Amino acid sequence: MAQKKSKQRKAVFALGNEAVVEGALLAGCSFYAGYPITPSSEIMEVMAARLPRSEDGVFIQMEDEIASMGAIIGASLAGRKAMTATSGPGFSLMQENLGFACMTEVPLVVVNVMRGGPSTGLPTSPAQGDVQQARWGTHGDHPVIVLSASDVRECLEMTITAFNFAEKYRTPVILLLDEITAHTREKIELPEPGELEIVGRSYPTVPPEWYKPYEDTMRGVSPMPPIGSGYRHHVTGLTHDVLGFPTQRPDEVKAIMERLFRKIDQFYPDIMLVEEYMTEDADIGVVAYGSVARSAELAIDMAREQGYKAGLIKLKTLFPFPKPFVNRLAARCSRIVVPEMNMGQMSREVKRVAARTTSIRTVNRIDGQIITPTQICKAITQG
Amino acid sequence: MKTAQELNRFEIRLSGTGGQGIITLGRILGGGLALGMGYHVTQTQSYGPEARGGASRSDLVVSSRRISYPKTESIDLLVALSQEACYAYYRFIKPGGVLLVDSGLVRQTPSNVFLGLPFTDLTVRKLKVPQAMNVVVLGALTWLLPFAEARVMKQALRDSLPPKLHELNLKAFQLGYSEARKAFDPHEAWTPKPDDDDGDERIVL
Repeated sequence: MAQKKSKQRKAVFALGNEAVVEGALLAGCSFYAGYPITPSSEIMEVMAARLPRSEDGVFIQMEDEIASMGAIIGASLAGRKAMTATSGPGFSLMQENLGFACMTEVPLVVVNVMRGGPSTGLPTSPAQGDVQQARWGTHGDHPVIVLSASDVRECLEMTITAFNFAEKYRTPVILLLDEITAHTREKIELPEPGELEIVGRSYPTVPPEWYKPYEDTMRGVSPMPPIGSGYRHHVTGLTHDVLGFPTQRPDEVKAIMERLFRKIDQFYPDIMLVEEYMTEDADIGVVAYGSVARSAELAIDMAREQGYKAGLIKLKTLFPFPKPFVNRLAARCSRIVVPEMNMGQMSREVKRVAARTTSIRTVNRIDGQIITPTQICKAITQG
Repeated sequence: MKTAQELNRFEIRLSGTGGQGIITLGRILGGGLALGMGYHVTQTQSYGPEARGGASRSDLVVSSRRISYPKTESIDLLVALSQEACYAYYRFIKPGGVLLVDSGLVRQTPSNVFLGLPFTDLTVRKLKVPQAMNVVVLGALTWLLPFAEARVMKQALRDSLPPKLHELNLKAFQLGYSEARKAFDPHEAWTPKPDDDDGDERIVL
């Protein structure tokens, strides 16, 4: 049965960036606004070619990344699944409106293909320097979901997951790729529409006059009608009451802020995605994400050949940080190696969780080159 | 006719100058090997911010199994289309690996053990379109690589280029293929023959 299906599927030799577009279109994305920037430009290029040809697809090239975020927030409020893609310099510009989207609970997907920074940095080289920015870049205390992908197949899957999470939890979702993942070509089979789970938005079931746009629910996620459908919906970045109008009453402020966190917090098991490789009997752990996770996988094979029992946790969700998985690995391992293309943004999280249980060793590289399997293998074997 | 063979991380690095079409070459070669021959292939690229000039390279890993690390660390085949690229990446060739250069552009090789064809000169002389040089290289690689079939590569070429370019590029492919056939024995690179001793250009590492 499964084989039969795979025969019908179309195989393509695609870039990670192209797979992002395929994933977005499968997830139902019908609006893209952006400003091109290496190494994310192919996402925009392919979107520009594909969206206008799909049914009511809209593509706009904006004047900058600030406006891009504004446009996709508007499109999402009007009921569309919307996304944009950028790299570090553009992502910095997006932070303000990203906070607006957190506050007003607008589902959207932002893909950030990380390149060397700070500032314009290394346009064509990989880095993983935007990890903490993705989590804390916009001001104010806010929950956010940050995902990552390490190969082309995952680019497609995680884009769909990003859209699903965005709609399910009414929140912006950031998908962090790096230049290597985005610019790697691999063969992938495109799933048929309907083959993968696609989550839609929840719409109000009450008549318009009863509708409260920010009313608390069991899931903490309020139903969201498209603007213009007859439901009155006031949208403001100011802290608002259940009707969407500004408030300073401590009880109302507390309620909305706690709901913003609760709607993500209570679904941690659903949101925290990892992939484990040879961890069953591991006594040396590796925690990696993005393209570095692929180096780490080969490093595990190399270390195993030399007789070291190493195992890998590949983080697919970066935030909320998959604490239980790292905890379990830490309990089993004498040390954990965290390789990443920055000076230790994720190892900080690993240390926070596991420093009291085990020793943590970081492998950092910030010269615009990928961390090689040999480098990671050395850290595994030489402790 | 070439048969599919078991490969474990066969690593190819295509390198040269920006504007030579290195990444397009990698894309077509990778596409043919992945979609036509059914191998697991990863193709990555590395280039400078310039549109032309600067260093450019594309790494391919071809394997019968799933590929973890998509870049190359020990190269089976290095294609160097500029002197700088030849110097920069020569040391990454693994023992028994092969160096293929554009003998018109690479004047000095770090070793006298290499394969060479004047790709750019050939293209300019025979086709009058220097931009087709990368496809001439593709033709030569198809002859050299024991697991690449000409039929499949031509199809990959057609699939990844707009129709108006097909004729010229198939001609370029054929040029590279037949020049390589004239110059090198079949898969000489990976099946060395002890008696073969006709010129230092064709000695195997």
